[in-house]
Amino acid sequence: MSIVKVDDLHFSYGKIEVLRGINFDIDGFKMVGIIGANGCGKTTLLKNISGYLKPYRGNVYIAGKNVSSMNSREKARLIGYVPQDMYSDFEFSCIDIVMMGRIPYLRRFQKETENDLRIVRESMMLTDTWNLRDRYLNELSGGQRQRVYIARALAQQPKILLLDEPVSHLDVKYQIDILSMLKQLTAKNILIFSVLHDINLSSQFCDVILLLDSGKIISKGTPDEVLTVENIKRAFSIDADVFKNPVSDTPYIILSKKRGEDQRVV
Amino acid sequence: MVLIASLMFSASVGAVKIPLKSIVDIIFGGGNSTDRMILLKLRLPRIIEAAFTGMGLSVAGTFFQGLLKNPMADPYVLGISSGAAFGASIAIVLGFGLFGLQFFAFAFALVTIYVVYILSKKGPYVKMQTMLLAGIAISAFMSSIISLMMLLNHNEMSQIVFWTMGGFSLISWSQIFYTVPIIFIGCIALYVFSRDLNVMMTGEEIAEHLGIDTERVKKIILIVGSLITASSVSAGGIIGFVGLIVPHISRLIIGSDNRALVPFSGILGASFLVLADTLARIAMAPVEIPVGIITAAFGGPFFLYLLIKNKNREVK
Repeated sequence: MSIVKVDDLHFSYGKIEVLRGINFDIDGFKMVGIIGANGCGKTTLLKNISGYLKPYRGNVYIAGKNVSSMNSREKARLIGYVPQDMYSDFEFSCIDIVMMGRIPYLRRFQKETENDLRIVRESMMLTDTWNLRDRYLNELSGGQRQRVYIARALAQQPKILLLDEPVSHLDVKYQIDILSMLKQLTAKNILIFSVLHDINLSSQFCDVILLLDSGKIISKGTPDEVLTVENIKRAFSIDADVFKNPVSDTPYIILSKKRGEDQRVV
Repeated sequence: MVLIASLMFSASVGAVKIPLKSIVDIIFGGGNSTDRMILLKLRLPRIIEAAFTGMGLSVAGTFFQGLLKNPMADPYVLGISSGAAFGASIAIVLGFGLFGLQFFAFAFALVTIYVVYILSKKGPYVKMQTMLLAGIAISAFMSSIISLMMLLNHNEMSQIVFWTMGGFSLISWSQIFYTVPIIFIGCIALYVFSRDLNVMMTGEEIAEHLGIDTERVKKIILIVGSLITASSVSAGGIIGFVGLIVPHISRLIIGSDNRALVPFSGILGASFLVLADTLARIAMAPVEIPVGIITAAFGGPFFLYLLIKNKNREVK
């Protein structure tokens, strides 16, 4: 049974067509990486899956149901979304932020219950942010803030978690920490889509990779299937050498300038 | 408690002092007839209008700051005040009475915000940054026309200036009947959306993903906030600073959570403006100081004090 099925998805901002016929089908709770050059439509695809943007053609189905036919609360209980890092000047404590994740389950004036607090606590434990609960969000580091946002998305108890470049500007320790944590979430029956910039990290952590180029998927499958010299050259216009990562047994890519250009420089 | 105390204090002092005890008597139908007249006909309407204006401006300011994610925002930032001033100036120049003036101020305030809204609407979305800029541009334009009108109508100039500085000296029960219900219902309507605003302050996209219809909430806040502001301004003129400073002071005291902040800010704003108006009445009696001068003179330094105190706390 497919959890997410995307069928002939087209999307445009005004006259500029950003997604041009996306098709894929994910069954099982996996970690899916979305990679591709800047401007190829990664974030747009993510927002179409979440139902935030409406495709002008094609459909997204989650557990067999069309996302565009769901109401916003229904979507919010099914899909968690972690945007690119944003800074907020207003002071909210971390636990208040994570508690916002329970809004899809609460009526307008309903107070949070013990059960909501328990779920918030679990989400914060899972992301290692419980010790930050009384700190203000605007005094945290980027990595801590990102984990708080992930905790908020988890408090929505989603089946699908969408992340837009969750590790791009973090130091290496946090990159590995967060990706390992996300990978573990798939064991808790959460399907994860993450836009990633680092090809090697996506190779190491993802079960499935979608490689995008100018609004189309040019390759999808396991890292072994997708990360080939030809595909990388096509998507990023850059030459690569592909080795085997001896630790994770996945492709390891070393990027270089176009051959020939090097010689001209010398 | 603070609010009740300031209401009582304000009712008591003035050209004729009315002891607190007789105020209580009058409220319950007793007291001597002169005091009764002064209190019920002159002071009470004024105090009520000041309290509701203070509450309305503070609550609207709190929401506008959160909505625009801009600490410099106040209820006037989108051009409502200059629209109202423009309407009032026209009414004054054309020699309309008090009612005409208030109607023009109210109407032009709403027309202005509508124009700003239409200018910043793109498809179904409203761009907040564009709105801010459009508000500033329209304000500048209106101000220049007002200046021109003042230049061409020397005789009415002082009246226009006095109106724009704000004050409650002309308030009677008739203004209260139409402003107070709008402000009161408006504040309650806004309060309903305080949790939504919390989430929107951390990002509109994320709010949408938590099942909040952000475009709808934005529109409601803009419309209701503008109605509150327009009715405050039409009765009391442009009273600056309250809608900017009171939300900030409240935020420094009890934090950013709008569910607590909005009521707190409303009550603080009401007390603050009642006290400021009392001072405007008695400080240089029998001359009335425009209340806008008092709010700025006291609000500014106090706010600076809080800022410095807060800065020191962060350093430690």
